Amino acid sequence: MRRGRERSSLASLLLSGLGIAVLIFLVMPIFIVVPMSFSASRFLSFPPTALSPRWYLEFFGSPEWTRAAWVSLQIAFATCLLATPIGVAAAYGIHTSSSRFSRAAYTVLMMPLMVPHIIVAIGIFFIYARIGANNTVVGIILAHTMLAVPFVLITSLSGLQGFDMAQERAAQSLGVNRLEAFLKVTAPQIKGSIIASALFAFVSSLDEVVVSLFLSGGPSSTLPKRMFVALRDEVDPTIAAISSMLIIASLAIGLAAMVGTRKRA
Amino acid sequence: MQRFRQDHLDTTENPLAIEVRGITKTYGPATVLDDVSLEIRPGEFMTLLGPSGSGKTTLLNVIAGFVHPDRGRLLIGDEDVTDKPPHRRGIGIVFQSYALFPHMNVAENVAFSLKARRISRAEAGPMVANALSLVKLEGFGERRIDQLSGGQKQRVALARAIVFQPKLILMDEPLSALDKQLREHMQIEIRALHERLGATTIYVTHDQREALTMSNRIAVLNRARIEQLGTPFEIYDTPTSAFVADFIGEAVLAGVSRCDDYSVLLDGRRMMCASKVPIGNDLVLVIRSEKLRLAEAAAENQIPAIVRKRIFQGESHLLFAETANGLTFTVRQPSHVESDGLLPGEGGSANFSLHPAHTVVVRRDPKAEY
Amino acid sequence: MIVQHLMQKKAMLLIPGLLVVGALLIVPIVWLFALSFVSEGRLSLEHYQRMFDDPTYVKSFAVTFQIAGTVTGLTILLGYPLCFWMLRLKPFWRGIALTCILIPFWTSLLVRSYAWLILLQRRGLVNNWLQSLGLTEEPLALMYNVTGTVIGMTHILLPFLVLPLFASMQRIDGDLMRAAAALGATPVFAFWRIFFPLSLPGLTAGGLLVFVLSIGYYVTPQLLGGGTTVMAGQLIQRNVELFSSWGAASAVSLVLLAIVLLLFWVMNRLVPLDHVFRG
Repeated sequence: MRRGRERSSLASLLLSGLGIAVLIFLVMPIFIVVPMSFSASRFLSFPPTALSPRWYLEFFGSPEWTRAAWVSLQIAFATCLLATPIGVAAAYGIHTSSSRFSRAAYTVLMMPLMVPHIIVAIGIFFIYARIGANNTVVGIILAHTMLAVPFVLITSLSGLQGFDMAQERAAQSLGVNRLEAFLKVTAPQIKGSIIASALFAFVSSLDEVVVSLFLSGGPSSTLPKRMFVALRDEVDPTIAAISSMLIIASLAIGLAAMVGTRKRA
Repeated sequence: MQRFRQDHLDTTENPLAIEVRGITKTYGPATVLDDVSLEIRPGEFMTLLGPSGSGKTTLLNVIAGFVHPDRGRLLIGDEDVTDKPPHRRGIGIVFQSYALFPHMNVAENVAFSLKARRISRAEAGPMVANALSLVKLEGFGERRIDQLSGGQKQRVALARAIVFQPKLILMDEPLSALDKQLREHMQIEIRALHERLGATTIYVTHDQREALTMSNRIAVLNRARIEQLGTPFEIYDTPTSAFVADFIGEAVLAGVSRCDDYSVLLDGRRMMCASKVPIGNDLVLVIRSEKLRLAEAAAENQIPAIVRKRIFQGESHLLFAETANGLTFTVRQPSHVESDGLLPGEGGSANFSLHPAHTVVVRRDPKAEY
Repeated sequence: MIVQHLMQKKAMLLIPGLLVVGALLIVPIVWLFALSFVSEGRLSLEHYQRMFDDPTYVKSFAVTFQIAGTVTGLTILLGYPLCFWMLRLKPFWRGIALTCILIPFWTSLLVRSYAWLILLQRRGLVNNWLQSLGLTEEPLALMYNVTGTVIGMTHILLPFLVLPLFASMQRIDGDLMRAAAALGATPVFAFWRIFFPLSLPGLTAGGLLVFVLSIGYYVTPQLLGGGTTVMAGQLIQRNVELFSSWGAASAVSLVLLAIVLLLFWVMNRLVPLDHVFRG
C-alpha cells in the first residue's frame, strides 16, 4: 500500500514535470523573440548583450516595411468587414435550418480550412492571371475573405449554439418581424461571438503568408510576404522587431476574442 | 393600429373563435399533421393532449404562424390568417423554455410587445405593472432574468404573453419544467387567469392529469390526427378508442367478444354495457382500476379473481389481481377500505364488479374498415 | 425589405458565403483538375504517370509522409501526457495552461517559424545550451534539414492535437474512473481499460488533424528545411514558379487534395468536424 502510494506520487511528479516542460516548449520560442528584438547587435544572441531599439527604428524608417505593414492592415480590415457579415449570415442560416442543403453548404464553407493553402494559392493565382487580378489589393482581400469565412462560421455557430431560438419566435409573437427579432433579441446575446469572429477574421488575414506570396507583389506586397522573402535570403534582425509587434498584436486580439466568447456561454 | 386601455386587460371583450380546416404538414417522408380539423369556441380553454411526436406542438406552431402548413387553412375570428406572418397575428404565446430575453430585465421583457407596437412609455408603464400584478409579481420589474426561480420565470412568461391583450393565447407545455407541487399550483392559477381574462386559450401538454384539470375541452392527438375531441368527462369516461382509453387514466384493456348491442363476453363471463357496443372483432374492454369495486352479492358484471400483490400508496392501495383463466388487471381501492377491514390480502380471492355505465368497450383500431 | 425577404428564405443567407468559396476555391480546383490531364495540348495521364516514375516526385511524397508521421507521433507523445496532466489541475492553473497553448495558436505561423530559425541556428540558443551543458562538443546542424522542419512543425501543430484531445478528455465522466476503482481496478488498469479507450476518438481526430495539416505544409519546411527537404507543397510551388509546369503542379495538388479530403472524411466519421475545430 505504501509502496503503491510512493510510486503513484512519483508518477504524478513525473507527469507534472513533463506537462510543464511541454508548456515551456510551446511558449518559450515566442517569448524569446521579444527580448532578442531589442538586441543591439546584428547577431541575435540571448540574452542580448546590449539593449537598443535599433531594429524598431530600422522598421519605422524603412518605407518598404511600413508600406507593407500599411497594406497588410488595410487588407485585414477589409477582410474583416467582408467576412464577418458573410460568415454570420451563413451561421444563422445553417443554425436555423436542418435541411440537407444547409448541411452540404456547411461542408463547402468549411473547405477553405481543409484545402492546403499552397493549393489555394496556385489555384487562385491561375484564375487571377486570366482576369488580371494578381498583384491587386482587391484580389488579396477577396482571397483572404474566402479563407476567413470558416473561422467566422465556426465562432458564430458556437455562439448560436448556446442560444435558445424560441426567443426569436417569442419576439415575433410579441409583434416584431424576423429581422427585428434578430437585431433586438439574438444579436445582443451573441454579440461576443460576432466580435470574436471579426477579430479572428482580422488576425487570419494579417498573418496569412502562402496565398499572399503568390497573389501579392510590388506595391501590393503584404507584410508577411516581405518577411518571408527577407527570411529566405538572410536572418534579418528587423524581422525580430516586426515579429514582436505581431506577437503583441495577435495576443491582444486573441485575448479580446477569448473574453468575447467566454462572456456569454 | 389597435388601441390599448389599461382597464381592458382584465377581460377581453371579444374572444376569438379559431378554425383549423384540413391542415396537413409533412417533413420529408414523415406526416406530422394529417388533415387535421378543429373548431375552438370563443373564450374556450382547449387542450391539445398527446404523446411526443403526436403532432400537437406542430399544430400549435401552425396556429402561431411559425410553421406553414402544406395544405389547409387557418381562421382566427373570421379572418384567414394562413399566410400572415407570426408578428402580425397578435397571439400571446408562452413557450416551453419560457424564452425570456436574458439581456433584458423583467419589465423590459414584459414591455417588449408594447414597444414593438410603439406604445408610449407613459402608457406602457401601467400596463406592465398591471400584467405583473396579475401574475403576482408586483415589484419584480427591475429583476434580472437569471435572478428568478423557475416558477417566477414562468409567471414573467405569462405576463409577457398577456400584456398586449391578445384575444388568443397559446401555451406550449408551459409547466413541464416545474416540480410537481408548483406545477399543480400553477395549473389552478392559469385556470383562474383564463377565467379572468376570458381570452381563447390553446394549451399543449402530454400530461393527461393537467389536461383534465384545466380544460373546457380536450383534443387527444395521436399519430398526426385528432383521435378524440370532448370535455374532460367525455374523454375520461367514454373513450372512443383503445389509444385514448390507454393514454388517459390507469386502465387495463382486455380483449372481449361481442354478445349483442349491450353486452360482451369477458373471460367467459357476460358483461352488461350501458352504452352501445361498437361493431368489430377487435373489441377491448376498458378496465379502469379505480372503477372496480369489491362486489356485493347482487352486483352486476362480477369478476372473481385472486389478489396476487397488494401495494400501499398512501391515499390508496393498488391490487394486482388475476382471474382463474389468467386475465390480469389492477384495482385501486381508497385507504379507508383497508381500515374498514374489507381489503383482501395477498393470495386471497375476491369478487370485483364493474358498473355497466363504466363498462366501456372500444375497438382496438377504430380506423380499420369492415 | 430585401433583407427581410432574405431572412424569410433562410437558404439565401448561405449564398454570399457559397459564392465566395465557390469562385475562389471550387472553381480554381476544378480548373486545376482539368489542367492536370492536359499535356502539350492533348489529353494525357503523363502528369500522374510522372509521380510514380520520376524519383524526385516519389522521394518528395515519401519525405512528406515521413515528416507528417513523425510530427504526428511527436505531438501525440507530448500532447497526451500534457492533456492528462491538465485534467488534474485546479481551474485557475488549467486556465493558465490553456492560455499557454492558445498563445502559440494565436501567433503568426511565420513568426513562430522565425523564432525557431533563431533558436536552431548554428550559434543559436539551443546549440549554446547543448554545448554549455556538455551534451555536445560541436554545434549540431539543427536546421536546413528534416530535423529543423520536424521541430518547427511539431511546435506549430501541437495545439491542433491538444485542443480537441483535451476537449474529448473533459467529456469523459470522472465517475467512470471512480467506479472502476470501486470495482477493484488499479489506477493503471483503469487507465488502460477505461480512460484510454474513451479518449481514443479525440486522440485519433487530433492526430489525423495534425497529419492532414502536416502534409499540406509549405511555409515551415521552406524556411526551416532549407532547400534540401522538399515536401509536396514545395513540389507544387517549384513546378509553378521555377518550371511554369502547371500540369505537373495541378496533378500533385489534386493527389494531395484527395488524400487530405479523404483523411478529413475519416476524421469526420470519428468526431464531427465542428467538435474538432471548436476544440
